[in-house]
Amino acid sequence: MLTLEALTIVQDDFRLEADFSLPRGARVAVIGPSGSGKSTLLGAIAGFVPLTSGRVLWEGADLAPLPPGQRPLSILFQDQNLFPHLTVDQNLGLGISPSLRLTAADRARIAEALDRMGLEGLGARKPAQLSGGQQSRVALARALLRARPLLLLDEPFAALGPALKAEMLEVLSEIAGEQGTTVLMVSHDPADALAFAPLSVLVADGRAHPPQPTAPLLANPPPALAAYLG
Amino acid sequence: MARGVPVTVWGGAAALIVAALVLGTLAAVAGFAGGLSALGPGDWLAVRFTLAQAVVSATLSVILAVPVARALHRRRFAGRGALITALGAPFLLPVIVAVMGIIAIFGRAGVVNDLLSMLGLPGVRIYGPQGVILAHVFFNLPLATRLILQGWQAIPAERLRLAAALGFAPADSLRHLEWPMLREVLPGAWVAIFLVCLTSFVVALTLGGGPRATTVELAIYQAFRFDVDLGRAAALGLVQVALCLVALALAGLVSLPAAFGAGLDRGAHLPGPAGWLRVQDAVVIALAAVFLLTPIAAVLWRGVPGLAALPPEAWAAAGRSLAVALASSVLVLGLALPMALAAVRPRGGWVEVAGMLPTVASSLVLGTGLYLILRPWALPGGLALPVTVAVNAALSLPFALRALLPEARTLAADYDRLAASLGLSGLARLRFVTLPRLARPLGFSAGLSAAFSMGDLGVIALFSAPGTATLPLYLYNLMGSYRMADAAAVASLLMILSFALFWAFDRASRHADA
Repeated sequence: MLTLEALTIVQDDFRLEADFSLPRGARVAVIGPSGSGKSTLLGAIAGFVPLTSGRVLWEGADLAPLPPGQRPLSILFQDQNLFPHLTVDQNLGLGISPSLRLTAADRARIAEALDRMGLEGLGARKPAQLSGGQQSRVALARALLRARPLLLLDEPFAALGPALKAEMLEVLSEIAGEQGTTVLMVSHDPADALAFAPLSVLVADGRAHPPQPTAPLLANPPPALAAYLG
Repeated sequence: MARGVPVTVWGGAAALIVAALVLGTLAAVAGFAGGLSALGPGDWLAVRFTLAQAVVSATLSVILAVPVARALHRRRFAGRGALITALGAPFLLPVIVAVMGIIAIFGRAGVVNDLLSMLGLPGVRIYGPQGVILAHVFFNLPLATRLILQGWQAIPAERLRLAAALGFAPADSLRHLEWPMLREVLPGAWVAIFLVCLTSFVVALTLGGGPRATTVELAIYQAFRFDVDLGRAAALGLVQVALCLVALALAGLVSLPAAFGAGLDRGAHLPGPAGWLRVQDAVVIALAAVFLLTPIAAVLWRGVPGLAALPPEAWAAAGRSLAVALASSVLVLGLALPMALAAVRPRGGWVEVAGMLPTVASSLVLGTGLYLILRPWALPGGLALPVTVAVNAALSLPFALRALLPEARTLAADYDRLAASLGLSGLARLRFVTLPRLARPLGFSAGLSAAFSMGDLGVIALFSAPGTATLPLYLYNLMGSYRMADAAAVASLLMILSFALFWAFDRASRHADA
C-alpha cells in the first residue's frame, strides 16, 4: 500500500498537498489542469522532489532515506527514458544491474523481455534506430525486468499516436496484472483514464485529492476539472 | 545518492587544488615582490609596449578579419570548408613554429625581401615592434575571422531572405543586418585577442627584444634568467597580473566569445552580390589564405626533407615533449571533468570560478611563483618537466571547462533523473553515462591541452636545465645558433606532432560517441 501522509510540497509560490492511500495493485489515473502539480506529485513519490513536510510510505515504511533508484518503484518520464548512446540490450541491462554485470540468466531474461514486447532481434540497436513506439516498448520492457511493485508513468506515451498509445496501455495492463503492480499514471486524455484506471486522483487547486472512481468523476467533474476538460 | 565519494567532493577537491596552485603562486610572487619599487625605467617601457602592441595587434586583426569573414560568408568555392578548418590551425600551432615560418617569408633572406630586391625596392625588417605585431596578426587574424564568421552565420536565414525579397543593395544589408551584428561581435573578438597578446612571450622573445619591443612576459624571463633578479621578476609578475585583471574587467563589459570560433556551415546561403565585389572577395580570400598558409608551408617545405636526418637529441626532446603533452592532458581531464560535473550541481558556481582563475595568471608568472615556492625544496632544473606539465594543465583548464560546462549542463538536465531512477551511481555511472555522453568535449579538451603543452615555450624556458629540453626549447636553441636547416626540420616535427595529438584525441572522442 502506498500512503501519502500529510504531504506538502512548497516551491516558491507553488503549493501541493496530499493525504491518502492507494491499495496494492490499484490502477490510478492522475488527472488535472496543466501546472496543477501532477508531475510534481510523481516526482515526490519517486524521490526527485523534496518534501516540505509529511511522509511517503510503502507498506508502512518511510521512503525518505532511499534514493530514487532504491525505492520500490520504476518511473517512466515524458522523454529521455533511454540512454541514446547505449544499445537496447544495455538499456535493459541497466534495469537489472546498474553496473551492467549480467549473468547468463540475466541475458536470457533480457531476450525474453524483448520477445515479450515484440522487439526480438533489436537488442543490438541504438534507440535512435527504433520507432517511437518501439522506444516506448523498450522502456516498458525495462520496467518489466525491474519488476518493482509500484510503477509511475509521467506521460511516457504522450508523443505516440492514438493507436500506438492504446496498444501500450494494453501491454501495460497485462504486465501490471501479472506482477500485481500498483500503477500511477498521469493522463491528459479522459479516454485513457477511463480505459485503464478504475480510480483517479484529481490534482487541482493545490491539492491531490483522494482517489475516487474514474467514471463518475469524469461524468460529473468539479469546476476546475470541467474547465480543463472543456 | 552515490556509493563512495560523491562527484561534488571530487570536483570541490579539484577546484581547491587549482585555486591553491594559482592563488598560492600569485601570493608567493606578491610576497616576494613587496611592491613595485624594483622596477626601472626599462620595465615601464615594457609595460607601455605590451599595452601598445596588444591594442594595435587586436585592432589590426579585427579590422582585417571583417572583409575576410564577409567574403567567406557570402561565397562558395572548392576548398572553402578546408580553408575555414585551416583558420583554426594557428590556435594549435606552436608559436615558435609560426615564428620560423614568418621569418622564412618576411625575414631578411625570406621570399618577400627577395621579391622586393628584385624590384629594386628597399627590404622590410622583421625584427622589432613591427615583427611582433605581424606575428600577432598572423595568429589572431584567423581567430578573429572565425569569430566574426560565426556572427554572420548567426544572422537568421529568414532575415536574409527578407532582405533579398526587399531588394537590399549591399549597402542596405550592411546597415540593417551586418553592422548591428558586427557591433555585437567585434568588441568580444577584440578583447579576446587583446588578452592573448597581453601575455605574449615567445613572439617577443624571438622577434622583439631590446628597449623598443620587450613585453612584460619577456622582461620577467630576462630578469629571472639573465639578471637573476628575482625581486624584479616578481614585481613584473605583479604588473602582468594587474594587466590581465584590467583586460578581464574589460571582457566583463563585453561578452567574451568561446575560444575556438565558428565551425563550418550552418544556415542558409544566399548568392553574394555579383560584379566587382566578386573580384574583391576573391582577392581578399586569396590574400588571407596566402598570408596564413605560406609560413606553414615554408616550414614544411624546408623541414620535412630533413626529418630523417635529425640528431638523436631531437628525438629525445620530442619524447619529453610528448610525455609532457600527454601528462598535461591527463591532468586537465582529471581536473576538468569532476569540476564540470560539480559546477553544474546546485551551489557549484564557486567551482567554475576556481576553474577560471588561471586566466588571470600567465605562463611566466605561474613559473616564477612556482620557482619561488619550490626553491627551498628541490633543484628547479629537476622539476622543469613536472612544473611545465602543471602550468600548462592550469592554463588549459579554462578552455576545457568552457568546452565541458554546456555539455555537462545538458547531460544533467537530460539524464540525471533517469540515471538516479535506475540507481546508477559511482563508477558505473561514470562508465556508462558520463564518459560516453561527454566524450566529444573531453576529447577536444584533451587534444587542446596536449597541443598547447606540446608547443609551450614559457615555463620550460625559465626552468630549463641540461637534459630537460623539450622540443620547442630545442628548436629555440637551434635557431639561436643559426642551424636553420635542423631548425626547420625540428619545427616540422613539432608542428606535425602538435596537430597529430589534437587530431588523435578529437578523432578518438568522435569515434566513441558514434
